[in-house]
Amino acid sequence: MKARVHVMLKDGVLDPQGEAVRHALGAMGFGGVGGVRQGKVIELDLDAADEATARAEVEKMCEGLLANTVIERYEIEVSA
Amino acid sequence: MKAAVIVFPGSNCDRDLAVAFERAGADVTRVWHKETDLPEGVDVVGIPGGFSYGDYLRCGAIAAQSPICRAVVRHTERGGYALGICNGFQVLTEARMLPGVLMRNAGLKFLCRTVGLTVGAQSEFTAGYGEAAEIALPIAHHDGNYRADAETLDRLEGEGRVAFRYTDNPNGSDRDIAGILSENRRVLGMMPHPERAVDAGHGATDGQPLFAHLVGALAPA
Repeated sequence: MKARVHVMLKDGVLDPQGEAVRHALGAMGFGGVGGVRQGKVIELDLDAADEATARAEVEKMCEGLLANTVIERYEIEVSA
Repeated sequence: MKAAVIVFPGSNCDRDLAVAFERAGADVTRVWHKETDLPEGVDVVGIPGGFSYGDYLRCGAIAAQSPICRAVVRHTERGGYALGICNGFQVLTEARMLPGVLMRNAGLKFLCRTVGLTVGAQSEFTAGYGEAAEIALPIAHHDGNYRADAETLDRLEGEGRVAFRYTDNPNGSDRDIAGILSENRRVLGMMPHPERAVDAGHGATDGQPLFAHLVGALAPA
C-alpha cells in the first residue's frame, strides 16, 4: 500500500513563506497571483493489508507526528 | 539540586546550559536522547537550543517523540520542573507540554541579536527579577514566531503565564510573547537564551538571576 499525505497550514494561519513566494512571482512578472500557500507532501510505503487499515494507521501518524494540528491540516490518499 | 540537560543530535547549546546550571550551584548531568529515563532525583530538566534532528519535518517535532522526551513528560506530570530554551521551547510545544506553536519568523530571516524583554509572571524561573523588570537577552532563531488561538492567548494572559515579552517584537509573535509557563508554572519555554548571558565574558549577565533563583529555590533546605 502507498499513502500520500498532504500537509497544509490551516486557512487563516499566515504563511510568511507563501507570501515571499508570491512577491517573487510578482517580481518575475507573473501578474494576477492573488495568494500562495506552501505545504508538504509526504509519501509512505506501508505493509497494511487493506486500504481501511492503511488509512487508519496514517491518520494516527498524522495526529502524532506528521502534522501539527494546532496550525496544520492534512489530507490522506491511499492507493494499492 | 539536580539538573539534567538533554542532548539531541543537533543540540548546540547543551554545554552552555549545563555550565549555567553548574555556575548557579546545580549538580548537572547531560542525558543522551536515547535514554528512556532521567537520572534518579532530577529536580529540573533543561532542554537546550540547537537544531535537534536537523529541524527535519518541523523544529522540535522529532525530538518530541524521542524516548527521553517521554521521560520528560512523565517528570513534568509528576510536578517536576523543565526549562526549554529556543529549540527546547519548540520541543515543549511539539510535545504538547506547552500550548501554541513557533512558526517561521515573520520577516523570514534568522535573527541573531540582543533583544529587550519585560518579565511578566510569577514563578521560580522569574522570581530572581524584580516585578515587571526590563532585561536584555540574546536571541538566535529562525522559527520563534509564537502563535496560538485567541482563546489560548487570553488564558495565558489571564492566568499570568506570559513569563517574558519582547519590548520590540522581532519575529511577529502574538502579543509580543517570548516565553510562557505551564499551568502549574513549573515548565518554562522561552526563545531568548538566558544561558548566553551568565558571565562577564559573555558581555551580559541578565540570564544569571533565572538560574540563581531556580537552583536556590529547588535546593533542599
